[in-house]
Amino acid sequence: MKQTIPLTQIRPGRRATVSGLSAEGGLRRRLQDLGLVEGREVTCVELSPLGDPTAYEICGAVIALRREDSDTVLVLEEAADASA
Amino acid sequence: MPALKAAAELNSSCAGLVIHKKEAGDRVIALAGNPNVGKSTVFNALTGMRQHTGNWPGKTVANAQGYCARNGHGYVLVDIPGSYSLMARSTEEEVARDFICFGSPDAVVVVCDATCLERNLNLVLQVMEACARTVVCVNLLDEAKKKQIDIDLPLLSRRLGVPVIGTAARSGEGLEDVMNAVEQLLGEPSPEEKQVLVPYPGYVEQGLRALLPQAEKAADGKADARWFAARLLDGDESLRSSLADCLGFDPEQAPELSEALADVRAGMEEAGVSRTRLRDDMAGAFVRCAAEISRGIISMPANGSHRRDRRLDKLFTSRLTGFPIMLLLLLAVFWITISGANVPSALLADGLFWVEERLAAAAFSAGVPALLTDLLIHGVYKVMAWVISVMLPPMAIFFPLFTLLEDFGYLPRVAFNLDRCFKGCAACGKQALTMCMGFGCNAAGVTGCRIIDSPRERLIAIITNNFVPCNGRFPTIISIITMFLIGGATGLFGSFLGAVILVGVILFGVGMTLLVSRLLSRTILKGVPSSFTLELPPYRRPQIGKVIVRSIVDRTLKVLGRAVTAAAPAGVLIWALANVTVGDATLLAHLTGFLNPLGRALGMDGVILTGFLLGLPANEIVVPVIIMTYMAQGSLLELEGPALMQLFVQNGWTWTTAVSTILFSLMHWPCATTVLIIRKETQSLRWTAVSFLVPTVCGITVCFLFNTIVRLFI
Repeated sequence: MKQTIPLTQIRPGRRATVSGLSAEGGLRRRLQDLGLVEGREVTCVELSPLGDPTAYEICGAVIALRREDSDTVLVLEEAADASA
Repeated sequence: MPALKAAAELNSSCAGLVIHKKEAGDRVIALAGNPNVGKSTVFNALTGMRQHTGNWPGKTVANAQGYCARNGHGYVLVDIPGSYSLMARSTEEEVARDFICFGSPDAVVVVCDATCLERNLNLVLQVMEACARTVVCVNLLDEAKKKQIDIDLPLLSRRLGVPVIGTAARSGEGLEDVMNAVEQLLGEPSPEEKQVLVPYPGYVEQGLRALLPQAEKAADGKADARWFAARLLDGDESLRSSLADCLGFDPEQAPELSEALADVRAGMEEAGVSRTRLRDDMAGAFVRCAAEISRGIISMPANGSHRRDRRLDKLFTSRLTGFPIMLLLLLAVFWITISGANVPSALLADGLFWVEERLAAAAFSAGVPALLTDLLIHGVYKVMAWVISVMLPPMAIFFPLFTLLEDFGYLPRVAFNLDRCFKGCAACGKQALTMCMGFGCNAAGVTGCRIIDSPRERLIAIITNNFVPCNGRFPTIISIITMFLIGGATGLFGSFLGAVILVGVILFGVGMTLLVSRLLSRTILKGVPSSFTLELPPYRRPQIGKVIVRSIVDRTLKVLGRAVTAAAPAGVLIWALANVTVGDATLLAHLTGFLNPLGRALGMDGVILTGFLLGLPANEIVVPVIIMTYMAQGSLLELEGPALMQLFVQNGWTWTTAVSTILFSLMHWPCATTVLIIRKETQSLRWTAVSFLVPTVCGITVCFLFNTIVRLFI
């Protein structure tokens, strides 16, 4: 059984599937609007030069999230060779 | 809690937009869509207007309207701010939501980005729930084609049950079809019963059914009843005030509805459904429906469609190259600006002053009184000639270059790179975007602060926006640098040195922004950084020809016009001040004499401070006022060659005067327009006063410290 981890722990180039959100209120709604709902695939694109925020590809768009916010997104990391 | 108070004081903006119909029968069409999908480009193309466009999310922060007529019908098009959903989270999203839901547009055109259609459909579905007549415009088809993304538009239209039109707005492709679809849709009778496209989970639907009869009564035809009931159930906080403002809805006035709502909620709680789960399920319904609808409609290349973008991002945002490239770009823009502006500036000055002599000669032979010639030709005309020759060339080069970067999609990357610094100051990374807007105009930058969700962080961005020199101050700073700080270096090296110094000035301004943001976050705007989501849009090839024309016509000439119109009355005022004598000296001498001690303490003089004071209506006229004042005080000066520099040196300018003037130009009160906008945006005299005082106090302090230190060593 794979472990649920925060999105923050996904390294650039790796893909993961959203399993839940722990954010509350406005942030929760915003993340959902951006497409972060259960079952959605997310790819970590890259870190900004200072290490935070990090850019993720969600629903074909690239969205930058701060560590505090991506910590609230729970994901299952996919095996390295998994394909869409 | 000052931050909470700040939140209460901030303008929650209004749907109360006055629609300007030419005839009563004109139809109102709202243009909605996610941020940065090309709404404003569509709007401009359809209305012939020139709303600012550029490749970054959040340019449109207020509703704009335009008009077009076709086939005997008038259409008022309303360009509304981009938003991800109608469940608003920021001020600009509230503006969007309020207009779509309560502004009673005849139809809504939802503009979508073909390169990430599925997420865009989320908003389409929400709009369709609230509005009876929707047209979907799938824009950026050209971009999608380049990325080998293919979309089955007819199938999408069948699944959504509304017209779907594919467009490439930048080349104008398909726009005619959008209006045709709108026209056809409005020609049809409105559907008896709106089809429910997005079903909520069973227990929610059950709750909605219980609420519907009362909701229908309360909505009174001004909003869709099902939508209204769903939002009540959702308990959207930000919606409450809008409901009161726009529908006159007061829960106290509708006890039956409140009762029904309480009943439904209690029922759900009994069944073990938490508020969070209810909200999740309602938001999730749209996202899932969007995913279902887009299934089989979008085909993408298997190996990812954004590879070129990712390669560019590696270059612009990686640890190794991100910051060096940012600095190099800034340097390159300024170097090109300064070196390119030198020659045309000199030519313009020569030409305009040649005209001045001819004009004076003509006036003399026509017998115009010397006083009038003095005032109009050697006063007003000369100053305007200076404004034009000093300001026009750098602006005509800087604006197109900046617009190219903007069009390309570089600005959001700046925000991405710098966000960590802003987070360290408990501020928002999008502040970097509002600062970029400040380069153009601080008033626009302040309005642009609406893209910042948190009211506290938004206030910080508003108060500090003035630390970015706007285009009214740029030419001042550039010309002072060129005259006094590059040590007579000429040619490409001279302009390179000038650019390096200018970058230094800008970086100093950025540093002050961060420092002051940090101080504010620790004192009167205490708080922790809030959440932050920033979309990094795909890079787009800038349309070079269009950019040049647009930035010269829309920006350069507009700013220049403002400068010239502000300079002329200032010229007359100065002339009057210099010619009205009270006691033993002119009014002007009294004023500059009064300000002189303060000016000296700050490394400047009374005349320069007078320039900044009279420059309150527009920063562009600071230097002209200084010139006029010097000229009015001295005898008539015969200015040849680098005339401006001679004039300044004759009046005691040294390099410390130059540095102090640059520092004070960077940091003093915002111009009158900006102050008014700050008042409007914050809805608070207190925060307006803070925004006025903070940069002023900073400027006085820094100038004073600089001169104290210089005096210690020299």
